[in-house]
Amino acid sequence: MMSSRKRTWEAVSFEVVMTAIALIALILIIAPSLVVLIVSFTSGFSLKFPPPGYSMRWYAELWDAWQLHFAARNSLLVALWSTGLSIFLGVAAALAIARSPTLSARLLDSLFMSPLVLPALAFGLAALMLFSLVGLPVSLLTLIIGHTVVCVPYVVRNTVAALAQLEPTLLESSAILGASRIYTFRRIVLPLIRPGIIAGAFIAFMSSFDNVPVSLFLRESATDMLPIRMWQDLEGKLDVTIAALSGVLIIATVALVAVMERVTGLSRRLTS
Amino acid sequence: MGAAPAARDVTSYGTGLAAPLALFFLAFFVAPLLQLFWLSLHNDTAGLHWGIGQYLQFLTDPFSLSVLGSTLLLGAAVTAVCLLLGFPIAWLYQRVGPRLQTVIILIVLLPLLTSVVVRTFAWIVILGRQGIINATLQSLGMIDTPLRLLYTQFGVVIALAQVQMPLMVLPLITALGRIDSNLEDASCSLGAGSWRTLWRIVLPLSLPGIIAGCTLTYAAAITAFITQSLIGGGQMLFMPMYLYQQASALQNWPFAAAISIIFLLAVLAVVSVFTALGRLSRGYGGA
Repeated sequence: MMSSRKRTWEAVSFEVVMTAIALIALILIIAPSLVVLIVSFTSGFSLKFPPPGYSMRWYAELWDAWQLHFAARNSLLVALWSTGLSIFLGVAAALAIARSPTLSARLLDSLFMSPLVLPALAFGLAALMLFSLVGLPVSLLTLIIGHTVVCVPYVVRNTVAALAQLEPTLLESSAILGASRIYTFRRIVLPLIRPGIIAGAFIAFMSSFDNVPVSLFLRESATDMLPIRMWQDLEGKLDVTIAALSGVLIIATVALVAVMERVTGLSRRLTS
Repeated sequence: MGAAPAARDVTSYGTGLAAPLALFFLAFFVAPLLQLFWLSLHNDTAGLHWGIGQYLQFLTDPFSLSVLGSTLLLGAAVTAVCLLLGFPIAWLYQRVGPRLQTVIILIVLLPLLTSVVVRTFAWIVILGRQGIINATLQSLGMIDTPLRLLYTQFGVVIALAQVQMPLMVLPLITALGRIDSNLEDASCSLGAGSWRTLWRIVLPLSLPGIIAGCTLTYAAAITAFITQSLIGGGQMLFMPMYLYQQASALQNWPFAAAISIIFLLAVLAVVSVFTALGRLSRGYGGA
C-alpha cells in the first residue's frame, strides 16, 4: 500500500514536470511569430511591445518599398526554377536509388543528402570560386544552380520515403496484366507517390525562398534576394516596415502549410 | 534474349535514372568543394604557390582558434537546450489524441517553414531594450534600467534554440512513436517508477532519434549565419561571419577557403562522433 501510493506520487510528479516543460517549449516556439504579427500593426515608429496603438500604416508603407518588391520577385523566380529543377532531377534519382540495396545506390544516397549537413556557407563560397574560375558571372542562373544543390535533397528524401511505402506487388500485378513500365509508372506509381513529391517540392521551395548562405555569395545588387535584403535592412536600423513584411510572410506561410496539410498530409509525412 | 524481359525485375528502376542528378552534383557540388580545397592549399591569393600557410595561420592564431572554439561551444549549448525542451514535446505528442497531435506538429512545423530572418527579427523585438522582457520586468518594478539581452551569449543561444527546435522535435517524435508501449507498462508493473522508466527504458530506446535530432540541430546551429550575426551583434564573432568577412570584405579567398575546410572538417567530426554514438547505442538498446 505504502509503495503504491509512493509510486502514484512519483508518476504524478513525472507527468506534471514533463507536461509543463512541453507546454513552455511549445509557447517558446510559437510566441515569436505572434509577437511579430502584433508589432507589425503598431501605429508608432519603434518596435516597442506592446505597441502604443494599432494601425495598418506599415503595411501601406510596404506597398511602396520597391527595393523589397524587386528582391521578392528575384527570390520567387529563383525558388520556382530551383524547385522545378529539383523535382525533375530529384524524382528520377529517387526512382533509381529507392529500395536498391546496392552499394552504389547507398553511396549516391549519401552524396545527395550531404548538402543538408555540410555548412552551406562553405558551399556558397566554393560555388562562387568555381563560377569565377570558369568565367560565369553571377546571375539568376548561378543562383538557381546553387539553390538546386541545397534544395534537391528534400525532394529526393520525400520521394524515396513515398516509394518505400509502395507495395511491390502492385507493380508486379500491373506487369502481369500486360502494362508497359511507362504505363505502370504513369497510372500506378506516379499517383501513389505524388503527395510525397509535392511535400518534398514544397519544402524545397520554402528553403530556397529562405536561403541565405548560398545567396550571400552568389547574388549581387542586380540580383538582390529577399532574405539578404531584409538582413541588411535589419543590420542598418530596426525598420518597422520589416515587421510588416514579416507579417505578410508569416501569414503566407500559415496559408501554404494549411493547403499542404490538406493536399499531402504534410505533418504525418515528416514524422514517419 | 527473348526470355530476359519477362524475368526482368519490374519493381525497381535502373541506376541510370540517377545519372542526371549525379552529374549535376559532380559539376556543381563536388567540383566546387574540390576547388575550394585546392585553393586552401596555396599561400598566395593568386593560387600560384603551394603550401599549408593558410592552415598554419589559422591554427597558430589565438583569435581564429577562439572563434572556432566559441562556435563549437555555441552549437553544444543550443543542442542541449533543444534536447531538454524538445524531448517533453515529443513525449506529450505520444500521449494526446490525433487532433492535438496535428496541432502540436503544426506548431513545431510552422517555424521551420517561416523565414529565418523573420524568426530572428522576432527575437530582436523580444530581447531588445524596449522589448517584451524588459517592458514586463520594468512594469513589475523588478528592474530600473533595461537589461542587456540582445548581443549576449544568452540571447544567441535562446534565439537559436527556438529557430532550430523543429529539427530536434521531428526525429524525436518519430523515434518515440516506434517504441513498443508495452515495454513502459512492463517496466512500471515490475516496480520501476516513471522517472526510472524514462531513464532506463524510453531514453535508451529513443537514442537513434536523439542522435539524429542532435546532429541536425548542431549542424544547423553552428552555420546559422543570420541569427548569429543579428542577435550576437558585432562583438561576438562565429565561424560563418568570420568566413564571410575574409571572403567578401577582405577578398582573402585562400584564407577563407582554409576557414571553410576547417569548419567543414569540424562539422564532419561532430557528425561522425554522433554517428558512432548511434552505432554504440544500438548495441546498448538491444542489450
